[in-house]
Amino acid sequence: MSDDVLRIRTPIGIKYQYSAGPRVSSHLLGLMEGRFVGKRCPVCELVYMPPRNGTCAKCGALLGEDVEVSQRGTITTFCVVNVPFLGQTIKIPYVSATILLDGADMGMQHLIQEVDAADVRMGMRVEPVWRPREEWQPSLENVMHFRPTGEPDAPFDSYAGHL
Amino acid sequence: MSGGTSEYSIAADGSFTAPLELSYPYKRTVGPILSRFLTGLRDQRIEGTKGSDGRVHVPPAEFDPITGEHLTEWADVASTGTIVTWSWQPAPVEGNTLQHPFAWALISLDGADTNVLHAVDAGRADAIKTGMRVTARWADEPSGSITDIVCFDLTSGSPA
Repeated sequence: MSDDVLRIRTPIGIKYQYSAGPRVSSHLLGLMEGRFVGKRCPVCELVYMPPRNGTCAKCGALLGEDVEVSQRGTITTFCVVNVPFLGQTIKIPYVSATILLDGADMGMQHLIQEVDAADVRMGMRVEPVWRPREEWQPSLENVMHFRPTGEPDAPFDSYAGHL
Repeated sequence: MSGGTSEYSIAADGSFTAPLELSYPYKRTVGPILSRFLTGLRDQRIEGTKGSDGRVHVPPAEFDPITGEHLTEWADVASTGTIVTWSWQPAPVEGNTLQHPFAWALISLDGADTNVLHAVDAGRADAIKTGMRVTARWADEPSGSITDIVCFDLTSGSPA
């Protein structure tokens, strides 16, 4: 019978209360002020931006002092997304890139826009496009995307150690 | 998948905290056996499948546990049964059909040879015992789901 039960909804979900902890919170506070605040490892001196979970992946040490890094950076690696998926909000093809901000030692992932996907390349210099200030939250989503600055590409050797 | 942080607060130590929900909106087809079972529940009817050894499985097994063959024979089962074992749930969670303390129980429905796990609205933990008789309480607005049975009520004055 056409009226029979043929499918059911079985949603699952988990509700967390997420706490960023003091070491990541200075980073989040920075984002609410339009700044990129990372942290330096007191042992190996690498600068994490974002500061992961507050520990150094290499040393295991608790990250130390806050370090504000530049708003500009270099695309180290990237991926062109061509596949549509449920919940996709960005028109494909688009580029997701790892961006090494000047002064940071770890790349962070963000969206690249205002450039044809085919023109994105390793070494491309980029800068953030912030949302309107009244929409800012403690989130990297305050940056809508990064876009090319038009500067000459960074030489490979300048980021080869950060791939 | 969905998730997000829109409401945040700052704790005494300066830490940002925010609610974070990770959820997946699954929807699935149920196949011919569960389709008949769920459609039956919507009409306040409980049916099980009959296995090669004559046992009646509720909820219905799709395949014979012994031979592995498709099961096609059905048997009507009563909406009354007996508590086989139970565990008290003092703090119901979202999604439970009862939002006050209740018992999770394995219930042997009359006419079935396997047990159904469901909620029993016993009121207090000391009011429920293994062997008690129960009766299904049906939902006012059935949807073709196991929750069309809201819970089971203790059948008054009839400890087995």
